[in-house]
Amino acid sequence: MRNLSKLARRGGLYTLLGVFAFFSAFPFYWMVIATFKRDHDLFSPLNNPFLFNEPPTLEHLRTLFTETHFVGYLTNTAIVGFAVVAITLATAVPAAYALARWARGWGETLGIGIFLTYLVPPTILFIPLSRFASFFGLQESLWSLILVYPTFTIPFCTWLLMGFFKTIPKDIEEQAMIDGLSRFGAMTRVVFPLAISGILTVVVFAFTLSMHEFIYALTFISVSAKKTVSIGVPTELVRGDVFQWGPLMAGALIASIPVAGVYTYFLDRFVAGFTMGAVK
Amino acid sequence: MTSPVPPADTGGGRGGIFDRRETLAKLLIAPAVLYIVAMIGAPFVLAILYSMSNATTGDPSLHLVGLRNFAAALDDPVFRIALRNTVVFTLLSQSIVIVLSRVLANALMKPFRGKGIVRFLVMLPWTAPISLGTIGWLWMYDSIFSPIDWVMRYLGALGTATGILGPQTNLYWLGVPGLAMASVILVNVWRILPLATVIQLGGLSSIPKDLIEAAEVDGASPWRRTLMITIPLTLPIVSIAFLFGIVFTFTDLVVVYVLTRGGPVHATQVLSSWTFFKGIEAGDLAQGAAISLFMFPVLAMAAVFILRLARRTEVV
Repeated sequence: MRNLSKLARRGGLYTLLGVFAFFSAFPFYWMVIATFKRDHDLFSPLNNPFLFNEPPTLEHLRTLFTETHFVGYLTNTAIVGFAVVAITLATAVPAAYALARWARGWGETLGIGIFLTYLVPPTILFIPLSRFASFFGLQESLWSLILVYPTFTIPFCTWLLMGFFKTIPKDIEEQAMIDGLSRFGAMTRVVFPLAISGILTVVVFAFTLSMHEFIYALTFISVSAKKTVSIGVPTELVRGDVFQWGPLMAGALIASIPVAGVYTYFLDRFVAGFTMGAVK
Repeated sequence: MTSPVPPADTGGGRGGIFDRRETLAKLLIAPAVLYIVAMIGAPFVLAILYSMSNATTGDPSLHLVGLRNFAAALDDPVFRIALRNTVVFTLLSQSIVIVLSRVLANALMKPFRGKGIVRFLVMLPWTAPISLGTIGWLWMYDSIFSPIDWVMRYLGALGTATGILGPQTNLYWLGVPGLAMASVILVNVWRILPLATVIQLGGLSSIPKDLIEAAEVDGASPWRRTLMITIPLTLPIVSIAFLFGIVFTFTDLVVVYVLTRGGPVHATQVLSSWTFFKGIEAGDLAQGAAISLFMFPVLAMAAVFILRLARRTEVV
């Protein structure tokens, strides 16, 4: 009897998880199907849409890689992503360290102030920033994105890293300074290596957020060859009014899955930044 | 500034710039603060100035005209629809998210096989770029090839004279006003659910185990344990999940832009999409800025609540 109710509870748990997993992942399964389906099969309303009624094909992938700017979108995304990571690290790491270590009262306040700027959304900033971009002659240039994306990476990453630095005991730097390092040396040569997991989190976060970004890219860039994946795939793989569903789904799938894998691995830490960060 | 200076600062002959604490601190903080002031602070002020001017993309010079743009926005029926839609869209989707995320978080707390893969799958909507995930939904909502419609037809609910959903062969998910709104809300629930779930997981795992065990020993039923311990203790973190959900939903442009562009006939127009169409596509910077600033009071309130809750959680 006892075993039976345990079994039922297990079954219930797996059913529940199955339903959630289905709901969350179905659009991506749907992309997989469309990626490998022949157009004739894809566009026959009577065919079972969940199965391959005709043999699968690589035609859409070929179209995506040879007849569209998809590879260019990926390259642009990578360029912007790495540049934003570099700018974010160069500004957020030192600021977070100083705020966490040397500035007690006002440091805490300033830290919270910096975090709050994260809540000022792109939907308010994109109009004035589009004027900035045209004032500096950066329209249609990846530089405009590189300049603007740190508006959402710096505030959050500084806050996240403050939390990391607070967990590293002070004695470690003090010992290093007694051993003859300067304050700056103790920071760069002793503390930063210890904070490597926090720094890695920031790298992943800055890169994925740059890749996800949509509004600024949509506003600043309209030349196809300069687009990033997040706007290039939804706006360019349409001929006139006709969506090229096969290549479109292939592009969405290929650009989504790797970044999703890495992001999932770090997700807990980001969310800890949101909440514990706000809590501590 | 009045913090006591440790001995290392005064002792010895090392007084270089890399050794003085306050100076070094300011030097290290300056780049981040300067960037934020220049790229968030200044544009924010400029948005306020634009909202009180008659600037357009053709003539972006600033001539202040007072609060005329806000009055014009309030008089515009489309703005009023967008405002109402934004509130409905945000509150409805976040209420659903908060319930579902609680259920999902509870399930994920239990030990089971294949946790890694389940986690990857349920987190996909948040971890994959949102514009690309939404494109998948656009294809699922297709007016002819929607798989949902196909299943309905297969079950006989659609496309037959006796079907409960009507004799037509398709539902036109994004083509009918009420259904379009429901479709947009569903995608937004899908999108925010993982974030809310991870926040809730953090809350659930922070409840001390012995508290629950003690209640169990005292004979409290599972329902009572939930009501008296789990809910009160996780309320602050649930509220934080709710508030962040609101901030992200309220300001989101992607889902509406990719799925409907605000259509059909503004039925899914929200403040952020209306800002974009007015301010960028129609080139009316002043109107666009005014519309976007209507979002600010809500965001400011959310920020105040987040801070308060954060303080309270610390006390618990």
